[in-house]
Amino acid sequence: MSEEWMSRGYITLEELDGVHPLPGRERLMEGPVAIPECPQEIPCTPCREICPTGAITMERVNDPPRVDYSKCIGCSLCVQICPGLAFFMVHLKEGKARVTMPYEYLPLPRRGERVRLLDRKGEVVGEGVVVMVMTRERSRGDTAVLTVEMAEELAMVVRAVEVMGDE
Amino acid sequence: MRIERHPILTFRRGRRVKFFFNGQEVEAREGETIAMALYAAGIRDLSKSQKFHRPRGLFCAIGKCSSCLLTVDGIPNVRTCIIPVKEGMRVEASEGNPRLADNVPPPKKFMEPETHRTDLLVIGGGPAGLQAAIHAADMGARVTVLDEAPMLGGQLVKQTHKFFGKRQLHAGVRGIKIAEMLIEEVRRRGIEIFSRTSAVGLFPSGEEKVVDAVEAERYLHRFTARAVLVATGAMERYLPFPGADLPGVYGAGAVQTLMNTYGILPGERVLIVGAGNVGLILAYQLMQAGVKVPAVVEALPRVGGYFVHAAKIRRQGVPILTRHTIVRAAGSGRVEQATVAELDERWSVIEGTEKTYDVDVVALSVGLRPSVELLQQAGCSMRFVRELAGLVPLRDRNMQTTVEGIYVAGDASGIEEATTAMLEGTIAGISAGFYLGHGDEKWQERLERARAELEEFRDGPIGREVKKGIERVLI
Repeated sequence: MSEEWMSRGYITLEELDGVHPLPGRERLMEGPVAIPECPQEIPCTPCREICPTGAITMERVNDPPRVDYSKCIGCSLCVQICPGLAFFMVHLKEGKARVTMPYEYLPLPRRGERVRLLDRKGEVVGEGVVVMVMTRERSRGDTAVLTVEMAEELAMVVRAVEVMGDE
Repeated sequence: MRIERHPILTFRRGRRVKFFFNGQEVEAREGETIAMALYAAGIRDLSKSQKFHRPRGLFCAIGKCSSCLLTVDGIPNVRTCIIPVKEGMRVEASEGNPRLADNVPPPKKFMEPETHRTDLLVIGGGPAGLQAAIHAADMGARVTVLDEAPMLGGQLVKQTHKFFGKRQLHAGVRGIKIAEMLIEEVRRRGIEIFSRTSAVGLFPSGEEKVVDAVEAERYLHRFTARAVLVATGAMERYLPFPGADLPGVYGAGAVQTLMNTYGILPGERVLIVGAGNVGLILAYQLMQAGVKVPAVVEALPRVGGYFVHAAKIRRQGVPILTRHTIVRAAGSGRVEQATVAELDERWSVIEGTEKTYDVDVVALSVGLRPSVELLQQAGCSMRFVRELAGLVPLRDRNMQTTVEGIYVAGDASGIEEATTAMLEGTIAGISAGFYLGHGDEKWQERLERARAELEEFRDGPIGREVKKGIERVLI
């Protein structure tokens, strides 16, 4: 494994799929499913510990998490708790994509607000609408979580958002 | 400038107080240290260098270097980053080699230190020291904790990110919250605490150890203990380059202290040098405080910290330039620009690759080194170990050094992280408890459990490097 991502600071979709095969289109349409972007061996287990269905596994404390997509119920607890903010959920619904992600900046966008969509490199790839906001207080992991609706082809591209402000 | 809104932190500020800096009135908030209050008032230039009169600013902001020394109410060489402001205080930059002013009365308790007796003296109230204190106290030992800072918690108090590891060891909880929990545990047990108190000498004398300490740069204390734990943490490494001494070039930890402990904006745009965990986490914290980070540069061909820390700043648009270094900082009296360049395979700057950023702060996160001065001075056998990031004491599996009754834990025993510091502190605290004649089989089991947890945590590529280093100092 060349681990090119360690020299760039971001991972490509192909590399991610190589580390942990990504869920197929059919699974993404069934309902929201957790996707870890955690390719490195680090000592960390909260995702496995909090998962209510045992969908997240790792043999040793330092192993990267693996998700059994058939067991994932889309509860987002892993997204809430992950200390590395490295868990996301993706759902394809009615021709749109819904991406659920952690968000620890101010201001917290409101439901219905338009936000700029960023890919793993931080490049703006479009605009989307916030459809769910879980505040830090309601989160089990002390981290706010957003679900953002966007064009379907952006489902596996967008991993961050930026509030647009008063421009 | 003080931070008013923050996504993670709430700053409780004390009442307004006034003090004087070089005769000029400065407003501060009670609870701030002198250097922090000056920074909040926009004063970055604290003094002038003795020979060339170059401006001098902060560097470490945790009392470990000499960058912020000023004369306070007539007492020279006060570490202003750890001494809280008081109404009417007179703070002055000293010219040349400052002397104690004639009109300053000799400090009380100077000739005859206040004496104290305890079972276990813990030097350093960070994650390692507090865990040790809690465990030894639970075994029945009388424990006293010294810390130079105005508050306990060590560097946990500025760690706004959630910790890694297992949930029973506080994974998923923010460092600041872990600090609160540990401090509460220490208070509940009635453990004696001396904050703003620096240990300056550790003298083994047969069965007893004598520790001399200075409180608030003013009062002398002498502690006699049967066992001592040195949990003094680490200090930040420096990187020399043209302009590196300008106010605005700070240790990454100093930027965190300003921003996360005191809620003071470090600047508007910050270039970060070093993409280890400290640098990456700092970049994220700066963005959370609304500060721009134009780039993180890293001389190595890859990120040194966790990938996930890199990914979360990268996806928010912060470039991480591996194989790049800072070549100079420039500005009149303070940092205004920083220039970086790409390095070739032989670590030489590639001509024509220079890029200049308009920044007002350069944060250096180029590594830490263990703070081992007291251990060295006490006669503990030391060894330089690359994997542990510097000179460290030899120790046994109980974290006892080569001097019986002197223990070490946390970064002072080798640079690692807060989770391992807490586990080492647990091991050292229980071991010291046994040494003092306390504890039963239940405690032996607890000790074994902490060892197993540490072993499990270190069972990855990063931990294996640390273990290689530990093997070289294990006795």
